[in-house]
Formats: sequence, structure tokens, C-alpha cells
Amino acid sequence: MKIAVCLKRVPDTTAKLMIAASGTAIDEAGLKFVPNPYDEYALEEALKQREAEGAGSAGETVVVSLGGDAAQETMRTALAMGIDRGIHLQSGGSVDGLEVARALAAELKAGGFDLILAGKLAVDDYNHQVAVMVAEILEVPCITAVSRLTITGVTVEAEREIEGGIEVSTCQLPAVITCDKGLNSPRLPSLKGIMAAKKKPLEVKPVTLGAGSVRVAGLILPPERKPGRIVGEGPEAVAELVRLLRDEAKVL
Amino acid sequence: MPIILAVAEQRDGVLRKVSFEVLAAARQLADALGGSVDAVLISSGEIAGAAELGRYGADRVLAARHPDFGMYSPDGYAATIAAAGRGATAIIFAATATGRDLAPRVAARLGVGLATDVTALGVQGGKVSATRPIYGGKILQAVVLEGSPAIASVRPNTVPAKEHNKAGTPVEQAVPAFVARVKVTAIKAAAAAVLDVAEAPVVISGGRGLKEPGHFALLEELAAAFGNAAVGASRAVVDAGWRDHGAQVGQTGKTVSPGLYIAVGISGAIQHLAGMRTSRTIVAINRDKDAPIFKVADYGVVGDLFEILPRLTAEVRKLRVEQ
Ligand SMILES: Cc1cc2nc3c(=O)[nH]c(=O)nc-3n(C[C@H](O)[C@H](O)[C@H](O)COP(=O)(O)OP(=O)(O)OC[C@H]3O[C@@H](n4cnc5c(N)ncnc54)[C@H](O)[C@@H]3O)c2cc1C
Ligand SMILES: Nc1ncnc2c1ncn2[C@@H]1O[C@H](COP(=O)(O)O)[C@@H](O)[C@H]1O
Repeated sequence: MKIAVCLKRVPDTTAKLMIAASGTAIDEAGLKFVPNPYDEYALEEALKQREAEGAGSAGETVVVSLGGDAAQETMRTALAMGIDRGIHLQSGGSVDGLEVARALAAELKAGGFDLILAGKLAVDDYNHQVAVMVAEILEVPCITAVSRLTITGVTVEAEREIEGGIEVSTCQLPAVITCDKGLNSPRLPSLKGIMAAKKKPLEVKPVTLGAGSVRVAGLILPPERKPGRIVGEGPEAVAELVRLLRDEAKVL
Repeated sequence: MPIILAVAEQRDGVLRKVSFEVLAAARQLADALGGSVDAVLISSGEIAGAAELGRYGADRVLAARHPDFGMYSPDGYAATIAAAGRGATAIIFAATATGRDLAPRVAARLGVGLATDVTALGVQGGKVSATRPIYGGKILQAVVLEGSPAIASVRPNTVPAKEHNKAGTPVEQAVPAFVARVKVTAIKAAAAAVLDVAEAPVVISGGRGLKEPGHFALLEELAAAFGNAAVGASRAVVDAGWRDHGAQVGQTGKTVSPGLYIAVGISGAIQHLAGMRTSRTIVAINRDKDAPIFKVADYGVVGDLFEILPRLTAEVRKLRVEQ
């Protein structure tokens, strides 16, 4: 199988964030960036599927990332995990997920992939959309937030979590699958993998995105929560807690 | 007149409550723009509760029926909503499992951008504006949707349902021809009645402090005393296999905004906070007075959860009986 994985680099989730002077983006200076955690499930799944096909079988794994030059560093991590090659779509990006999807789809269309894997969401913009839009543009099936995946021949069977249950669905390859936690346990790059990654092909292609129809008016820090208080210690504090929940917070 | 399309949700022939929140959001926009609200309800037959859509703000209810719509059909639903929404001023979804799957399909088909998981909607210079928590809620992003229609999904529990007593005039909505590239074949273990942590008005979450999986019974009892609560979990206990991933709250789990969130034996790691910091009222029960969870908690009780929980459950039960 020919498998593509869409990878985005995002700030480490423990990072403390500041708003840049522009007021419409975060200040990236000094921030540590990591692969989007959901994209790690996608990378792992690509490797697992290829391993299941066995050595010598026809196919390859390709990581595709749209972003600034720093994206290449994150792509090397993917190559170190075992992905065969990378395509870097060089661009400043867009807050409009549809514009990102259009650029990714244009590249992926030419690649003739059987399977396109992505994360269910990027934990920076919380957009939940880019990969689904890629599928729509390519007019291929898409199953989102998948936590269990079986591919037999060209038939995909997937499970995804919905409120209070698991939805089971099926489609045919070629398809786009977005990955949720639970699908697999992403491997860590080995030392050998890290060495090998340096020599793997990473193609750089500049792309220009459209203007899009989502405009950021501004970013703000969320209002600080009212300073909380310790109601008391031990079970004796419960009566007072319940009183506050009923009379002050009015949630009981 | 501007039309705001509100995408209602049903499962197993029963209207889902989150539909009223979508209507409330759509109503806000319609009132600000001098427009009207069309609720679109997709199904294979009669939907219990559909008559309520008018009461909660729908001027019209567009019923789109198709024999294949007994279960979710991503392609069929997307084709139907895109057809109904072409020419509308805005389309509002719920940011649920279905809404998150569906909204980007509709946006791509209509060729416009999409604001997902918004917690507030408004109108700015005649355009729809929205607020979205990004970076795990560490930043709020204000966006203006310049495309037509403006498309957004509303995070459950953030826009309260409100009675508006509109007509809810039933109208038949044609279902366009579609190719079902994805087929939903089954739903396991689901019941329309099960409360999900992402939608429950009260969420009680447990962490490693519970010591062993069996002790989650203490949380189930408290949830039962509330009557409208779901039991959540930290990642530590989900990874340990104590609870299903569906219950996990946090950055790699669900994002919840209930009216009341009770964290029991949870330290309050930043990735956990990412999933619950927008809850209206937060209570923390932890024996470590320096646990970071107390920094976001409105009310904290320091002490042994095994002593505190039974007392709390008894008090809540007593109060519920009195009500
Ligand atoms: C990329 C990434 C993503 C992550 N995503 C998530 C996520 O989605 N959700 C999430 O929750 N975590 C997530 N984590 C993990 C997170 O960092 C923490 O490890 C996890 O939240 C800790 O779980 P916990 O609070 O249950 O356990 P602990 O941190 O071990 O805390 C247990 C708490 O219980 C208290 N306690 C113990 N005994 C008692 C008692 N008898 N009575 C009262 N209190 C008691 C202790 O004082 C302590 O504060 C993520 C981590 C990473 C790196
Ligand atoms: N700039 C990008 N480059 C490559 N893949 C991306 C990019 N943005 C989003 N994706 C993919 O789309 C998924 C969903 O992202 P989002 O819609 O931004 O939440 C991510 O997990 C990635 O797999």
C-alpha cells in the first residue's frame, strides 16, 4: 500500500503561551514544538499497516507537512520512526482549514495514495477539520476519530467513539482515516532510525494558500478563574461545600 | 430575510438535547440579524421530541427523510445539509461526534471556512463572529467568518437552551442524490439515554487517587445521587485500563464544559486542565493541599476521598429528595 500521513507540528502542550505583538498569533520565540499527538497515532498506524504487508511488498509511507521551515525538524522525527520519505509544503499556513486542506489535497492527489492517515485534530488550533476536507476535495471516503482499524484487501472497517457508544463503519480504499487515541501505541524513534532519517529524502515544495474566509480578529487570554478557595478539610467540610454549591454556585 | 440553519441531532429516533443548544445559538444570530431559524432534522422516520424544536426557537423544521438515514450517513447527511444550507446566512452544528464529522464535509462542499468548537457566537459588522478556545483552552481566539454561509459548530454545554415559543412549522426537505462512500453498519453499546461526559450537566471525574478500578463505584454512586451526572477519568487511570477511553477528560480525551465538574483524586496536570477548565463551577477533592487542581477549583476540600465521598453522596441524595 502507498500510505500518506499528514503531520503538523504544534507547541508542546505544557508550554506557557504568550500572545505576539500582532495580537492575532502566539509568540513562538523559545517555544518547544512537537509532532501533534494525534498525528503520532497516524504515523504509527502507517508503519504498522506496512509491516503487516510484509517486507518486499509494494508500497511506501510518505509524511506530508505544510508549514514553515521548522516543520522539517518534526518531519525528521517521523522519518526516524520509520516513514520512508517526506514532502514539505512550504507555507506560512492559514487559520482557514479549508485553505490548508486544498494545498494538501493538491499534493496528495498526484501521489496516488491508497490510504491517507491524519490526526483527528491538531491540538494547537483545535480545528477538527483539515483531513476531512482533504477527503471531500479528493472525493474519497473518510472515517474520523478512529480508535480501531482493520483493512482487508480494499475494505476498511473502523470503529469510532460517539456519545455513549461506538460507531462501526466501513468504506473502500482509497480513503482518509483520522486517528484517535487508543488506535495504537506510537513507537519512539530508535538511535538507528535517527541516523537513517538524516539520509531519507525530504522534498521541499513552496505552496501559496488562498486568502480564506476565516479572519482572526484577535487572541485573548481566557479570563482568570475567580480565585478558588479551600472550603475545609476532611468530611466535616462537606456540609459547607454542599451549601456553597446550592446557595452560591447554584448548581445543586 | 437571513436564514440561520440549525442542524438538529437525533439518535435511534429520539431528538438529542444538544439540538436545543444549537437552536439557542442559531436564534441569537437570527435575532441579531433580523432573520429566522430553520432547524434541519435528518432521519428515516418520525422523531420523538421533534415537536419541541419550535418551542426552543425554530421558526420552521425542515424534515429530511431517507430510508438510509436510520443511522448516521456522513455523505448523505452532508449532501442534504449542503443543499439546505446553500443560500443560508449561517449553518450551526453541535460540536459532537457527529457534528465534528459532518461540519467540515459541509464546509468543503460549500467552499467556505469553518469555525469549530465555538463557545460564543455574535454578529460584527454584519458578519458572524465567534469565540473559540484553542491550545487546550490556554488562549481564546476571536474569529470573523467572512464566507457565505458562515459555518460553525457549538461546543455542548456552552450556549444554554432557551424557550422561544416559535412556530416550528414542518416543511419537507428534499434529500439530494448521494453516493454513500462511508456506511455506518452498527452502533455498539449505545443507548440514546446514556449521558456522555462531553454533554452531561454534571461530570464527576476520578484519578489515580481512587487507588483501584473498583473504587470508581464511589463516583458512580455520587453520579446516581445527582441524577444528571456522568463519570469521567484522568488519562492515568484510562491508560491503566480502569476506565474506557470514552470517559477520559483532557487534551487527548474529551473537552467538557459542564455546569459542575468534580475532580476526585486528580492532581490537575495541564493536559487534564485542557479538557475541563471551561466548566462553570469546579470542585476538587484531594489530600494534597498543594495539588495544582486547587488552582482552578472554585471550591476545594483537602482530605481523604474515601472519607469525603460517602458523606458528599449522602448529602446530595438528601438534597435531591427534598427537591
Ligand atoms: C501528550 C500528553 C497528553 C495527555 N493527555 C491527558 C488527558 O487527556 N487527560 C489527562 O487526565 N491526562 C493527560 N495526560 C497525563 C497527565 O500529564 C497526568 O499524568 C495525568 O492527568 C495524571 O492523572 P491523575 O491526576 O489521575 O494522577 P496523579 O497525577 O498521580 O494524581 C493523583 C492525585 O490523587 C491524590 N490522591 C491520592 N490518594 C488520595 C486520597 N486517598 N484522597 C484524596 N486524594 C488522593 C494525590 O494527591 C494526587 O494529586 C497527558 C500527558 C501527555 C504527555
Ligand atoms: N499544516 C498541516 N500539515 C499537515 N497536516 C495537517 C496540517 N494541518 C492539519 N493537518 C492534518 O489534519 C489533522 C487535523 O487538523 P486540524 O483540522 O487543524 O485540527 C491533523 O491532525 C493533521 O493530520
